[in-house]
Amino acid sequence: MINRTKWLSVPGLVWLGIFFFIPLLLVTVLSFMERGTYGQVVYSFTLQNYVRFFDPLYVSILFDTLVVSVLTTLLSLMIGYPLAYYIARMDKKWQHTWLLAVMIPFWINFLVRSYAWVVILRTQGVVNTFLQSLGLITEPLPLLYNFGAVMLGMVYTLLPFMVLPIYVSLEQMDRRKLEAAYDLGATPLKAFWHVTLPLTRPGIVTGSILVFVSSIGMFVVPDVMGGAKSALIGNVIQNQFLSARDWPFGSALSIILMLLCIVLIFLYYRVIRVQEREGGVE
Amino acid sequence: MGGSRRSLFSVYSWVVMIFLYLPIVILMLYSFNDSRINAVWTGFTWKWYLSLFENRQVMDALSNSLVIAITSSIIATALGTLAALALHRFSDKWKAVMNGLIYLPIIIPEVLMGLSLLVLFSQIGFPLGKLTMIAAHVTFGISFVVVIVSARLSGMGDELQEAAQDLGATPWQTFRHITLPVIAPGIVASLLLTFTMSLDDFIISFFVAGPNSTTLPLYIYGLVKRGVSPEVNALSTLMIAVTILLLLISEIFRRKGMAKESNSQLPI
Repeated sequence: MINRTKWLSVPGLVWLGIFFFIPLLLVTVLSFMERGTYGQVVYSFTLQNYVRFFDPLYVSILFDTLVVSVLTTLLSLMIGYPLAYYIARMDKKWQHTWLLAVMIPFWINFLVRSYAWVVILRTQGVVNTFLQSLGLITEPLPLLYNFGAVMLGMVYTLLPFMVLPIYVSLEQMDRRKLEAAYDLGATPLKAFWHVTLPLTRPGIVTGSILVFVSSIGMFVVPDVMGGAKSALIGNVIQNQFLSARDWPFGSALSIILMLLCIVLIFLYYRVIRVQEREGGVE
Repeated sequence: MGGSRRSLFSVYSWVVMIFLYLPIVILMLYSFNDSRINAVWTGFTWKWYLSLFENRQVMDALSNSLVIAITSSIIATALGTLAALALHRFSDKWKAVMNGLIYLPIIIPEVLMGLSLLVLFSQIGFPLGKLTMIAAHVTFGISFVVVIVSARLSGMGDELQEAAQDLGATPWQTFRHITLPVIAPGIVASLLLTFTMSLDDFIISFFVAGPNSTTLPLYIYGLVKRGVSPEVNALSTLMIAVTILLLLISEIFRRKGMAKESNSQLPI
């Protein structure tokens, strides 16, 4: 019976094979094909799509995307950590309610959440109308369709991703180690820096990866809040598939994006592990 | 923690909470504003909601969303539950390999999953529509189901199942009376989660939707691109209300499950 149970995994694995792994393989193959004059795929091998990526235009868009993703991750960490800390230290009775309160916005469609900021920040939006009615400004402020707006939208939509894993590691942390640090005369700040922070590293890593991966492929927030000038790599890829109809180039960009994600996550893990070995966790 | 530091944390956390909720509240508030053009409050009205219910496209999108969410959540939960049951039986080495394969769809950027499915369907010449949407939604749902059901299974341990078999229970009886009751809350949670995810999904749907399979998020996107309007606020408000309702239902299920056992679990 035990061996027969293993066969139950077959339908799910076959499904993922057909609808997840084969499509990824197809995209890889497609990234080496040529584009025909009418946007169709021409089946002959070329490296042209990868060469084209090194056009300064695309390299700078990728650089912008990395800047936005790293900043989003850092800001989410800085804003999310204290919140997770506060929740993990409060009365058990209230913890689940607070966590639920953090998770509710996360489950609300992020298109809707970006749109909420458009309602607030646009030229005739809530903020500008309010400031004008107070007579503080005469011309509406350009609050939307710029870099700041994209950052705001990114952090706003991805923050819950950071809070939950950090909360989990704070919750699972062995408090006796913290007490030991205090008994040995550590100041709260020192105790936090040398005990709490290293012990909650798994949560920080998980949260950072979730936020980073979500932001690197994001095209909705820049699309809705950033306007044309703030295009990120996700927007370019989406555009290649749905408007420009250059699927091979879009595929090459996606493969580059995926490899970049894998490499960065791997590096991040390594840095964290080196720090762990060098840091005074034991 | 000292008293003053604690209150500082408390103030900070409330500020973050306000940051998370204020935009949503303002969005909902303005769905009841009489004025179409700007943010000046001119009076309370239900008219934007009434116009939604008379709008044929909105009703079509709603029905598409529901059909796709119901079908895909049932298929994903079934496949994911079976896979989790099987995974539990593999040796640690193989379990790690299988987990890696199954969790990959969660880690990969969504835009990639969407466009790779578009490539698949166009290469085999399958027309985009409700079926391709259902297939895509099942694909991103399965992994989450495996995570949830596996968590219940590993919490159970093998002793109960072995005891049942030692007492002469058939595999089916063991499953029916021992395993199923343990994983039942996980199955319910998976259904609710995959249903909510399907209802909310925009990125993947954006790539694999056909002209007759527009869902609510896709419809909203079309409107948002054209600018702010009170109808979008009203439609968004309804979506927010449904999401919160689904979350509260799953929270009630979770608390019920927790009352029976004593081990605490995270509300996801």
